[in-house]
Amino acid sequence: MPNKKVLPPQTTLWGRITRYQIIIPLIALLLLVLVNLIADPTFFKITMKPNSNGDNILSGNIISIIDNGSELAILALGMTLVTAASGGQDISVGAGIAISGSVLLRVINGGDPRSETMQNPIILGILIACLVSMAFGAFNGALVAFLKIQPMVATLILFTAGRNIASWINNGELPIVKDESFGYFGNYIPGVPIPTPFIIAIICFIVMFLVMKFTTLGLYVQSVGINDKTSRLNGLNPELIKLMTYVILGLCVAIAGLIKVSRISTINYSVIAKDIEMDAILAVALGGNALSGGKFSLASSVLGAYVIQFLTTTLYKFEVKATALPAYKAVVVILLVVMSSPAVKEKFARLSKKFHKNEAAAGKA
Amino acid sequence: MQKDSLLEMRGIYKSFPGVKALQNVDFTLRKGEIHALMGENGAGKSTLIKVLTGVYPKDEGEISLEGKGTINIHSPQEAQNNGISTVYQEISLCPNLSVAENIFIARGKGKFVSWRSMNKKAQQLLDSLGIGVRATQQLASCSIAVQQMVAIARAVDMECSVLILDEPTSSLDESEVAKLFKLMRELKDRGVGIIFVTHFLDQVYEVCDRITVLRDGQLVGEYEIENLPRVQLVSKMLGKELDDMADIKGDVKPFVDKSGTPVYEGKGLCSTEGISPFDFEIHKGEVNGFTGLLGSGRSECVRTIFGADKVTSGQVKMDGKDVKISKPRDAMKQSIAYLPEDRKRDGIVGDLSVRDNIILALQVKTGFFKPFSKAKATEFANEYIKLLDIKTASVNTPIKSLSGGNQQKVILARWLLTNPKYLILDEPTRGIDIGTKTDIQKLVLKLASEGMSVTFISSETDEMLRTCSRLLVMRDGKMVGELTGDQLTQSAVMNTIAGGEKNAE
Repeated sequence: MPNKKVLPPQTTLWGRITRYQIIIPLIALLLLVLVNLIADPTFFKITMKPNSNGDNILSGNIISIIDNGSELAILALGMTLVTAASGGQDISVGAGIAISGSVLLRVINGGDPRSETMQNPIILGILIACLVSMAFGAFNGALVAFLKIQPMVATLILFTAGRNIASWINNGELPIVKDESFGYFGNYIPGVPIPTPFIIAIICFIVMFLVMKFTTLGLYVQSVGINDKTSRLNGLNPELIKLMTYVILGLCVAIAGLIKVSRISTINYSVIAKDIEMDAILAVALGGNALSGGKFSLASSVLGAYVIQFLTTTLYKFEVKATALPAYKAVVVILLVVMSSPAVKEKFARLSKKFHKNEAAAGKA
Repeated sequence: MQKDSLLEMRGIYKSFPGVKALQNVDFTLRKGEIHALMGENGAGKSTLIKVLTGVYPKDEGEISLEGKGTINIHSPQEAQNNGISTVYQEISLCPNLSVAENIFIARGKGKFVSWRSMNKKAQQLLDSLGIGVRATQQLASCSIAVQQMVAIARAVDMECSVLILDEPTSSLDESEVAKLFKLMRELKDRGVGIIFVTHFLDQVYEVCDRITVLRDGQLVGEYEIENLPRVQLVSKMLGKELDDMADIKGDVKPFVDKSGTPVYEGKGLCSTEGISPFDFEIHKGEVNGFTGLLGSGRSECVRTIFGADKVTSGQVKMDGKDVKISKPRDAMKQSIAYLPEDRKRDGIVGDLSVRDNIILALQVKTGFFKPFSKAKATEFANEYIKLLDIKTASVNTPIKSLSGGNQQKVILARWLLTNPKYLILDEPTRGIDIGTKTDIQKLVLKLASEGMSVTFISSETDEMLRTCSRLLVMRDGKMVGELTGDQLTQSAVMNTIAGGEKNAE
């Protein structure tokens, strides 16, 4: 009679690795790094040189990736929570950035689009922009949580109307902030060689990490996302928690909006943060989070966001035309998403198991 | 293959990471017999069925079918093509389609559909099997029992020779079970071989011809029903002589002290779920229960007490003080715990680990800004895994991969961890094996002796008679009687449920 040997759970190398969700964006990142290393090792060169203001700043492709990926990474934080709790995505974040950016400019310039000086302190503008953006987040959240509308449909409202609202806030004008200090948020603070957006992003990650550590938000969001009936019977308020995730995303949107507007010290309502919602959703997916909600990993989503930016920069490096960029991106996305799909993962796990079995058998013989 | 056998499985092996689910299991099904597959949770019944239906690939062994010789089944579709049909515990039909559509779905070969002839054929089939439902009715509008029978009708119409019923009766009431049995006997007369998986011993002895018993993934034996008395069946399933089912109450003193202030006292309680206002009280250390037929409102009553449904009226006192309970959070603040009837829908958080599932309620009680450290949570979880003997690979295992009985224990652990004054258990023993059932009953009595008040609901009356010192009888959403002391007998309960005189017998 054959005596079956039983494998303890997840003993294979693959099994041990794939238990960590972050492995998916990590592999993607390594691949991109590898491609660039082979194609052109100077891709990774970072130099210190003076910019137009005469300040010494870091420059290079890597710096440009961590700089330009910041808005996406910040959005990915909020989008991950929204996805986990409500099992759907907010597609109005691009329009939301237009709104909060518009509010910010209006407050700072005090309603005069060509104002020579700032009429209100920047911090007041940021605060009001955050509040407005969180209010819009609460509107989306209320539609999803209380009226039980599918998240994509609920946020379609602001997706459609958001940029017009943004334009209306400034009466259709495009305000320009002349004060240099406003540009610090999207560029460099004099004397600091690291791009400010990256610093802001790091602060956001730390705050989010602390929130996760010192509150039970993570457990509640996952619990509500997986089974809201059970959550209610365990004393949670699923509606409130869903609403809360949308408000948090609203805050993320306002911060991303600040960076975006600060980069150019003005706004273009129809172009600003265009299609960023799709990249934000992609970052969540790339991070291995189920788009149907439930368990999540914020770190994986953030890494996913930077992988997307890495990809964009790499493609530019290969001199892909801007118009052709989305097509190339799509191909890579297909590959990444297929590789991280449950079916393919299972297949790999099985192959690896077989391999280990054969190895063990060979070892015995 | 033996002459009269329909299906033979020989030397089946199947293991999962960390578990030997099946080891050298044989199973034989003969023509026109109802064959019970018995065993505790985790004995390997479900795995054997899933191997047979191609859900899991087997590691080793042979499956042969009458007239087809040895076959390899790789998918449920392939099993179906070979005449093996399954009706699962949880209904796997599409509730938003009509009955007829459900019977014929995925069976056309890319042909056009004639709705009229489909409905007609479906109606004939339903009539011939004596299932009282219109073919055009939406499935979701039928009772669970009818849905189950529709699933069987679908299987029958696909000319199955082997029909597997995986705990079909766990959500049915008695009259529905009787209907199902009638259908099963009719199929048996047509020569269909039926594999019947159930936890209910009565039902096995009512319809089955033969019993195969599994334990810990191994075959214990195959028996003719006449040659295996109940006591022996139970002892074979458990692997030991077991008499404590009968005298479980022997070592516990019946509850008498009713003089003090009730732990919980509700007056004129009512919810939106169609029950009449009722009064209810429970004392310290008392075990009482709601009984009644399925749908009589017994679950709705306890849901009202816990605030699980929308409460419309009533005054509540805890230890004599007025409190307001309108949502589960309020009840939890008053140290009330509630283990819901529908484990999958209301109980577990499937993808979360056993640890997170155990700490959930206490964490919510403790507060948003005071999360437990991972070490603390693991400590809590391990304590209860040991205390309740929960079988899980680790605290990190997702609860959904545990067996039903162990899931139930995890949820029980979740509530015990909150150290409740008043514990409500709605069908804690449904769909779980006898060993665990006894464990839970014993635990209830132990908790009560330590001063906890417990309300216990079960659809098995003798289970309630063994544990409760007071029974509240429900009928059609109304509380129609209260039985205590000498009145606690099967016949008194039946009489009250049926609407006889209160003091009958």
